[in-house]
Amino acid sequence: MQGNVISMRLPVGEAFHIRRTRIAKDGSAGKRLCIVTGIHGDEFEGQYIAYALNRRLQEQKEHLHGTVDIYPAVNPLGMESNNRGFPGYDLDMNRSFPGNPEGDLVERAAAALIQDIMGADLCIDLHASNIFIREIPQARLSSNYADSVMEYAKSANVDFIWVSESKTVLEATLVHTLNSLSVPSFAIEMGVGMRITKEYGDRITEGILRIMKKLGMWDGPALELTVPLVSSEHAVYMIHSQSSGIFLPVTENFKELYEGDLVGEIIDPFEGKKKQEIFAPCDGMIFSMREYPVVYEGSLIARILAM
Amino acid sequence: MYKELIFSLDMPYREKMKIYGYRFGYGERAACIVGPTRGNEVQQLYICSQLIRILTALERNGDIHAKKELLVIPSVNHFSANIEKRFWELDNTDINRMFPGDANGETTPRIAAGIFERVKGYQYGIQFASFHTPGAFIPHVRMMKTGRQSESLANLFGLPYVLTRKPDPFDTGTLNYNWQLSGTNAFSVYAGMIEQINETVAMQAVSSVLRFLTRMGILKYNCHSGYISTVIEENALFSIRSDCSGIYRRLKNPGDEVHFGEVLAQVIDPFEGEILSEIISPSDGILFFAHTKSLVKENGVIYQMIRRLHE
Repeated sequence: MQGNVISMRLPVGEAFHIRRTRIAKDGSAGKRLCIVTGIHGDEFEGQYIAYALNRRLQEQKEHLHGTVDIYPAVNPLGMESNNRGFPGYDLDMNRSFPGNPEGDLVERAAAALIQDIMGADLCIDLHASNIFIREIPQARLSSNYADSVMEYAKSANVDFIWVSESKTVLEATLVHTLNSLSVPSFAIEMGVGMRITKEYGDRITEGILRIMKKLGMWDGPALELTVPLVSSEHAVYMIHSQSSGIFLPVTENFKELYEGDLVGEIIDPFEGKKKQEIFAPCDGMIFSMREYPVVYEGSLIARILAM
Repeated sequence: MYKELIFSLDMPYREKMKIYGYRFGYGERAACIVGPTRGNEVQQLYICSQLIRILTALERNGDIHAKKELLVIPSVNHFSANIEKRFWELDNTDINRMFPGDANGETTPRIAAGIFERVKGYQYGIQFASFHTPGAFIPHVRMMKTGRQSESLANLFGLPYVLTRKPDPFDTGTLNYNWQLSGTNAFSVYAGMIEQINETVAMQAVSSVLRFLTRMGILKYNCHSGYISTVIEENALFSIRSDCSGIYRRLKNPGDEVHFGEVLAQVIDPFEGEILSEIISPSDGILFFAHTKSLVKENGVIYQMIRRLHE
């Protein structure tokens, strides 16, 4: 069943909608899970998961107990125009929550989404990375709320759970806002911007079904595909570029590294020279890796989980 | 005047980005003026260029007081200005949300750290900035309410209004906020427009800074005494919103005095040309902010008003 979370007229002959697909067994009461994606208009990894989960739930509805609400495109204007932010406002929608029901388009859209999700038993916000960094499938948890969602994150078929301190700017994210309103929530990040990695999507779809089993919402098949590492048990190192140029990776994501191993090179196509060789600062595993070749001094090259 | 390199950044293809400061006088760090951190703040760039021109002449005439040092950084983000973008294009980050910066962090925090390292420690800090909502303001001095702000000092710019704002979480990365926390008396001057140059307003802003610096005993510049500013809190501004979407016909300007029941704007059907709505003033007052785009979205803020205030 499809419905609109919010509809507002745009200036010229069109209306803006945030659409929701609700899948529930007829007359079924019970718990409610919300799957949100498309807050950033350049992230499409969640599109495949929305499709695959939707299809699976409809095909095997006899196993469903409760209600699953899927919001595939929270920022439809951005998704159709290759804009990460909300077009016309130059705003990151994931810094606009909880929004304002009396505010402008972005504020009202954010408030309407929160209102629609309120009362859910769990919300998962699906993100890709941006176009610059490729991420292994990972759950992102705020340390303030990690306890309430850790058991679900461990079932999500992610490779890694990153528990981090909440910075002040992150207070305006969907996940933080929902957690503060007593809706347990976490984000899953995977892949890279503007692309879909089907393998990751299949894994996370199975993971969401496993989470639904934990919630008592699913008694059908759901594959356990990974046992994630948890950041609170390891240190996280960031590698930033010390030169501007073109980055060439030598290793890849989710590969074991030893201190001193070559991670990548920064090259100069004009001079035909290497400007920098980048080495691993510790033994560990890369979970975020530079994808976009152009780098400046300071550009993030990789994040490594020390092991 | 001494032109010093504050920060530089190698580029893969373009020329090295060099951020320069123009230093006047020598001695105690009296005042620092920082221009646009966003690439579309052309009015703010123009104002800084005019300040440097006038300060150069004042220094030549011996009108900058002894043992007082002034620093002006006219542009922090010409990387974005030259490609007509507001933010750092590669990752769309805002340098004015990265202060105090991180010298070992990503690119824009590194730029912020390089700038902040040089601009901290001044007694007075003045930034030419713009608001995230596009539109035009009455020229004013804006201050974060950190508990360290001084409205009485802000009054000495002689602009019509001083606006104070309770910082939101995202404000904690601005230069103004971090200046205040580090002990500098920090002011942001809002000079009407952003992407277009308004000569009259620009020179009003230039004069306001020179007036302030004169009153602080840093230089000698004879000009009009300006206004005794009206101090307002941002929360006291009343937002007037459009009740529908369409082509926007603005009938009033920032600074206009309006009366209850007066038509402030019209929204036109984009296909059929009929007037869909007339936006009526909810009370008497002065318009502080105006939406300046030609299209408007339903519930978008088209004016902010200081209610029950007269010229």
